[in-house]
Formats: sequence, structure tokens, C-alpha cells
Amino acid sequence: MSSATQAGARPGSGSFTPPKAISGISTFMDDRTGAGSFLKRNLRKIFPDHWSFLLGEIALYSFVILLLTGTFLTFWFEPSMQEVEYTGSYEPLKGVHMSAAYASALEITFDVRGGLLMRQIHHWAALLFVAGMMAHMLRVFFTGAYRKPRELNWLIGLGLLTLSMVEGLFGYSLPDDLLSGAGLRITQGVLVSVPLVGTYLQFFLFGGEYPGDDVIGRFYSLHILIIPGILLALISAHMILMWVQKHTQMPGKGRTETNVVGAPFYPAFMVKSGAYFMFTFAVLAGLGTFAQINPIWLYGPYTPADISAGSQPDFYMGFLEGALRIMPAWEINIGDYTLALSVLIPALIPLGLIMTGAALYPFIERWVTGDNREHHIADRPRNNPHRTAIGVSVITFYGILWMLGANDEISMHFHISLFALSIFGRIAIFVGPAIAYFVTYRICIGLQRKDAEVLAHGVESGVIVRSPEGGYSEIHVEPDEDIAEHIRGKKEIPTLPSAEADGEGIPPKEARGPLGRLRVKLSRTYGTDLVPLPAKGEGHVNGEHAAVGAGEERKQLH
Amino acid sequence: MSERENTGTPEERVPHRVIGTPQPGAPAGVATAGEPDTPATLDGGVRELEPGTGVIYPDPASARRAERLVALLFLVAFLAGVGFIVSYVAFQVGDIDRTAVSNLALGGTMTVAFLALAIGLVVWVRRIMPKYNLVQERHPMASEPEVREEVSRIFAQGAQESGFLKHKLLRRTLLLAAAPLGLAPLVLLKDLGPLPEDKLRHTVWRKGMRLVVEGTGQPIRAADFNSPGGILSVVPEGYEHDLNALAKATLILIKLRPEQFKSGTNLNWTHDGIVAYSKICTHVGCPAALYEQTTNHILCPCHQSTFDAADGAKVVFGPAARPLPQLPITVDSEGYLVAQSDFQVPVGPSFWERGDAEAEVRGNA
Repeated sequence: MSSATQAGARPGSGSFTPPKAISGISTFMDDRTGAGSFLKRNLRKIFPDHWSFLLGEIALYSFVILLLTGTFLTFWFEPSMQEVEYTGSYEPLKGVHMSAAYASALEITFDVRGGLLMRQIHHWAALLFVAGMMAHMLRVFFTGAYRKPRELNWLIGLGLLTLSMVEGLFGYSLPDDLLSGAGLRITQGVLVSVPLVGTYLQFFLFGGEYPGDDVIGRFYSLHILIIPGILLALISAHMILMWVQKHTQMPGKGRTETNVVGAPFYPAFMVKSGAYFMFTFAVLAGLGTFAQINPIWLYGPYTPADISAGSQPDFYMGFLEGALRIMPAWEINIGDYTLALSVLIPALIPLGLIMTGAALYPFIERWVTGDNREHHIADRPRNNPHRTAIGVSVITFYGILWMLGANDEISMHFHISLFALSIFGRIAIFVGPAIAYFVTYRICIGLQRKDAEVLAHGVESGVIVRSPEGGYSEIHVEPDEDIAEHIRGKKEIPTLPSAEADGEGIPPKEARGPLGRLRVKLSRTYGTDLVPLPAKGEGHVNGEHAAVGAGEERKQLH
Repeated sequence: MSERENTGTPEERVPHRVIGTPQPGAPAGVATAGEPDTPATLDGGVRELEPGTGVIYPDPASARRAERLVALLFLVAFLAGVGFIVSYVAFQVGDIDRTAVSNLALGGTMTVAFLALAIGLVVWVRRIMPKYNLVQERHPMASEPEVREEVSRIFAQGAQESGFLKHKLLRRTLLLAAAPLGLAPLVLLKDLGPLPEDKLRHTVWRKGMRLVVEGTGQPIRAADFNSPGGILSVVPEGYEHDLNALAKATLILIKLRPEQFKSGTNLNWTHDGIVAYSKICTHVGCPAALYEQTTNHILCPCHQSTFDAADGAKVVFGPAARPLPQLPITVDSEGYLVAQSDFQVPVGPSFWERGDAEAEVRGNA
């Protein structure tokens, strides 16, 4: 090893003797575990740097904070629906009959020091956990980081997101206040609408009729034991796979599909991660301190006979709420049975479409492009315009539903007719994603042209010169090497071999039949590069460039 | 983490070394035998992109200044941490104001402590630690073909040795044994709840049961509920605190002028312009608690299903597919409002076994 010594890069290398305190422990451990060779390979593992790679970490640290604050809450929370008379400190509810669960949630709030803080941090952390996962998922999607070999981690991630939404819904129901009861009631209404087994599911989940005496205790078991356990297992698998496969990197100087460029895990990345954990904790503590969330004492105990106007779920359930709100009143009676489409469709279709679509996307993309290679360099979103457009149209679909989950609030604050808004939603849910697709696609192509122009003509220097003839032009200079390399990292999207043929002759086997023809057509559309980059050295950055007339040049790039 | 990554060599396709023979090329950790242009491998199997650029230490004077800043931040974190403990002792909870102060003190110190720590760590990384630009090789995830082949041989051999393939009786009886055990957990879950039977079809309302005001429990004298446009939330007498009963039996009681009623309302089930509808929305069961006097519309605040109280609570707008069921009411000998019977159709959200109960009622009538 000493043969590779580099001055400056390895201070203290050569014959290095660690201090006794460390060598004692490390020898003890290595003698018994053989951890040395693992550490040798992994302590200096390289992690690439990009701000967007940290989004998933927000979710990870939020999860840790959820475990810590949640454990604190369990010390006092009583998951029971037994009716008790409130005798705690909160004056306005004294003597009111309520469930033991709600009474203990009030106790945590008003009679345990730091209880309110932990409750609020727990709730904010739950929101940040899901939001962090969503942002991370979008980053992975738009950069194509789900491609081979990372499809499994993509699927694990989808499982985590879905499970977390369920976990959040259960947690939201536990305090048994009037607001959480509204969520529970909607859950029950959706459950009974399920064909064939709906009423049975309801009776088994609630231990009989709604609301019964059992559901809080059952949700509690699920919320604090089995679901967090599965989440923890999936998160561990997610991290191990990430570690084994090494992180993707953005295109740039010296970065290839067979290397990873960045900083070593120990010490730089480790301390950075620690700092990020502290930041996440600080933000959540700050929110828990200064931004009130779920003031359950204002809502009162749950009764199925009452509700407050403007009841809203947590943000990640908002799109389901919006779907329920804009759905037309469709219900079919078949013989003696009822199919409540106005509940079933919004409860199942949007989530099903997004999750199933996301789960299949890596495999459909591979089928369309015929691309079976490993990918470790992230795509810039503009360089795969169809994928990016699909992503944005899904965001639009989700966003419209999410916005309409608050249609009553929008209607009230902006003085828009509630009915008109719902009808707008019914149309927008179809038209909006289509517009988003088209606009995004054009923006991607435009950005690609800009990239090609930077390589071909350099970047504007801001210096305008006047020629002896009196014409004005702007000096263009070569782009910075880092930027040029970043742009040149663009990868061609492969197409099927049969998609490149001009249609003459006998098509190969995979291109026959309706499915085969569709595949070829998709492949051609998905993979065709409308804006190829100029080859290295092909550009003509002559120092000067006509300020007027650049538009024509741009057209030629197409 | 394969053996290949251990050595960090780019020559991945070199056949695996047979144990006991010398390793080809250089000793472990030196990646570059035969490739003089590539910078040498450093400890931990990483290299520099260009010589001298991999690990660049900051200027020592700047690092010393940064150290003072980091120390200050860590000191702030220490003080805030102490402040947290002091706040815990100093500020008690109880009423809403004291809880607010305690929350502010505990949360404020906690936020400052974590924030100062976070900033301190970042300054440490950015201004005291070196700038890194190191490279590590990636290797295809797939194992070498020989390895795969060997593993499949091992599997095949193991299967052979176990006799699982050869001994049919063993295999089949094992599968047979597993089948009921796999079903057992499902069977165990049966006692989670009773069967639905027809429980969703009925409520606690009975002939002669008094309507009482939700909250106060006062029975309602028809003569006293006499202002048109009035509305009350009503529950069955004796079930004021039974949540299971209330989840189906809660009513919304509305007084209209007789000429306002349209054909949808069954006038035989009203009393002197007083009509009672189920308060449980037929969409997903929220209480339809909002009432607009000028239009006689009942609105569910959850998903905005809107019902016309003058017309049998028919759906005017929104995702609910059916009207709110009307409870037949009348007055007893003392003039108090009572139910004539239970609802004629199931209340609340639609369920699979519900069927078109309204049509059946019409058919019987």
C-alpha cells in the first residue's frame, strides 16, 4: 500500500501507528468480527455531491425523529375508546365525557412537560417524512435514476411511500378528536363501498359497527409496531442496496458510467450527513415550537353526529380527498347489490394509476428503448423530454386533485362558486395533464437547443463590440469546462434496432403484430434525439458573434 | 461488496484468482500496474482524478479562523442545551398559557441547539476539512459468468443431495402440511368482529321513540319548533351517548312552510312542516351539518354533497348518489316529536349488499 503514497494527499501515511486507546478497541473488535476488511473497503466509499441527492435524507432523518418522538408519546398515550370524564388541566373540557385516547392526548399536551412539543414535532415530522419521500422520488424519476440496476430500490421506495401514507392515516386517527374522527368516518365509508367484502372488512376492522370500541387500539398496534417495523426493514434494504450499487452521479468532468467522483464517506460525507440530520431536527423543532399543528383541544371529543366545516386531512391525503370531491355521483345497482362508483373510483383509481404507473415505468421504458445497460450517470431532465413530460403531467394530475381537496376553502377565500370549481376540476383533471405534457416537452426541447448553442457558439460574454463598419456584435467565449462537460454528459436514448429501419423489408420478430408495431412506434418517438449536440471541436466560437441574426442559427439546430 | 471491489482494479474481466496462487499484477490496493497514466490508488481503493487534486487542504490560517467560528457555534449549542434543561425545570405546564410558555422555551432552546450544531458541522466540513475530488471505480452488478455457473451448480447439487426432487412423497406431503398452516392466520382473524348480517340496514329508531336535541337531551315539542327555516341536530332519546347508535341514527330536523315542500318529501312522514332527515351523508358518512336557509339546501362539509331539504333531501350537487333518508315522525300525546318507525331504507354510505332499497320501498307502497 505504501507504494501509492502521494505527498499532500495522505498526511501521516506510511508507518502509521494508531493511538493505544483506538488500537485496543479496534483490535478487540477485529479479532472477533473481522470488520477490518469491510471497513477498508467502505470507509473511503465515494459519495457524489449534488443538492438533489439530499432529498431522500430528509425523509430518512424525519423517520428517525418520528421513532424518537413517537416512542415518547407512547409513554402516556392510552389507546382506548373507553368513555372517561376529563379531569385534566385544560379548563374548557373539564367534566366532558370523552374516550381515554383523547383524554390521554390532552394529558400529553397539557400535563406533560415537552409533551405538546413532542406531539407537534411528531406531526410535522410525519408531514416532512412523506414530503421528503415525494421530492426524492421525483428527483429519482426525472434523472432516470430508477434505471437498471436500481429498479428494485425504486420499487422498495414506492412501497415505503404507500405504507407511509397508511401509517400517517392511522396516526392521524389516534387522538380521537373531532377532526381525526372525520378522517376515520371517511375511511369507514370507503371501506364499506368495496364490492363483495366491504361490509365484512368494516366489521372486522372496527370490531363491529362503526365506530365501535376497538379501532383506536387496533390502529395503535399497527401504527407503532407492525408498520414502523416494515418501514424500518424496507428503509434498511433501501440503504443497503444504495450502498452496494453506489450512488448515481450527475454528468460532469471525469465522470463515467464506471466510476464515481466525489468525497469519501469518512470523514467528509459522514459529518455532512450529521449536519443534515441536525438541520432536519432543527427545522422540525422550530416548526413544533412556532407553527401550531393539530390543536386537538380546540376540536373536542369525537362524536359521529358532529363535524366542523373546513375539515382537512394531512397534505398527502389531499389528492384522494380532491378526487372524492369532484367525482360525479355514479352508483349502480346490480340486482340486490350496489356498486358505489362515486366512492370506489376516486378512492382507488388516482392512487392506483400513479403507483402502478410508477412501478411499471422502469420496465416499460426498458421495453420501449430496448436498453438493457446499467446506468450510473443521472440524466438531466431536459435530455429525456418524453419522460420529463410524463412526470410533469402526473404532477399536474396529482396537483389538480390535491388543490381540489380544498375546494371549499378556495371557494370561500377567492369567492368562486363551489359548484363551478368542482365542474372545472372534472374537466381540468383530463385537460391539465395533456397541456402540461405538451408545454414540458417544448421546454425540454428548448433547453436542449440552448445547450447545443452553448457548445456550438459559446456563451455570451456581455461585451458588445462595434466593428469598423459600424455593426454591433457580442463577444462569445468558450463555456467553462465544468459546464461544457456537464452538457456533454447527455446520453443518447437508445431505440430498438427495428425502429431505425425505414420500414422496408421484413420487420424483425419483435416488431410484428399490433403490440410490436406499437413498441417500434413508441421506441422511435421516445428515443429520437431532436437536438443532437455538436461534436467536440465542431463549434465555432470565433470570439465574435452577430448579436442580430442568432435566431436563424437556432433554427438550423433542429 | 465483491472481492473485486476490494482490490479496486479496473481489469475486471481477469479471471478470479485461484486460492493459493499469487495474485496477478500488483499487490492489493495498487490499481495501476501497467497503466502508468492513471494516478495511483490511495488507501481505501480511491484515486485522484488528476494528480494533486484529490484532497486539497484549506489554507491553515483560514482553517484556524473557521475553528473559532465552529467553537463559538458549538458553545451556543451547549448553552442552548443547558437552556433546555433549565426550561424543563423552570416552566411548568397546565393551563394553555403556561403550556405555551413551556413549549416556547423548550422548543426554542432545542431549535437553537440543533441549528448551531448543524451550522457548526457544516463550517467544519467546508472550511477545515479538505476539498475532495476522489474517484472510485464501479463494477457491473452482475457476477462473473463462472461464478454464476458455479452457484447454479451448487444449487442443483444441493437440491439433488436434499432428495427434495427425487422423493415425490416427501415433497407432496410437505406442501400438504403447509397448506392449512398458511390458512390458519386468516382463520384466527375471524374473531376480529361479528358478521355484518343486516346491522347496516337498521338504526335504533322505533315507533314512539322521542326525538331529543343533541347536546342538551331535551325532547322537542312540535309547537315550540315553529319558526320556518329552523334547524336542529337531533338524536334518539336514551342513546345520547351511544356512538354506535349515533353514527346511524342522528337526524337533522328542519321546519319549512307547508307550501315549500316538493314531491320528493313524504308528507305523511312530516308533522306540521317539520321534516327529519338522516344527518349521515349517503356519500361516505360525514354528518351533513350545514344548512342554507334561503335555498333549503343541506350541505355536507366533507365533500360538498348538497341535498334539497324541501324535496326529500334529493341530491342537488356533489358525489353523493342518493337522498338523505327521511325518518317518519309524528307527535305523541304530549305533543313531543316521536318517530313513527325506523328508517325505511338503510342510512349512510352505500355498501355492497345495500341494493336499491328505495325502489323496494316504492314497490311495496
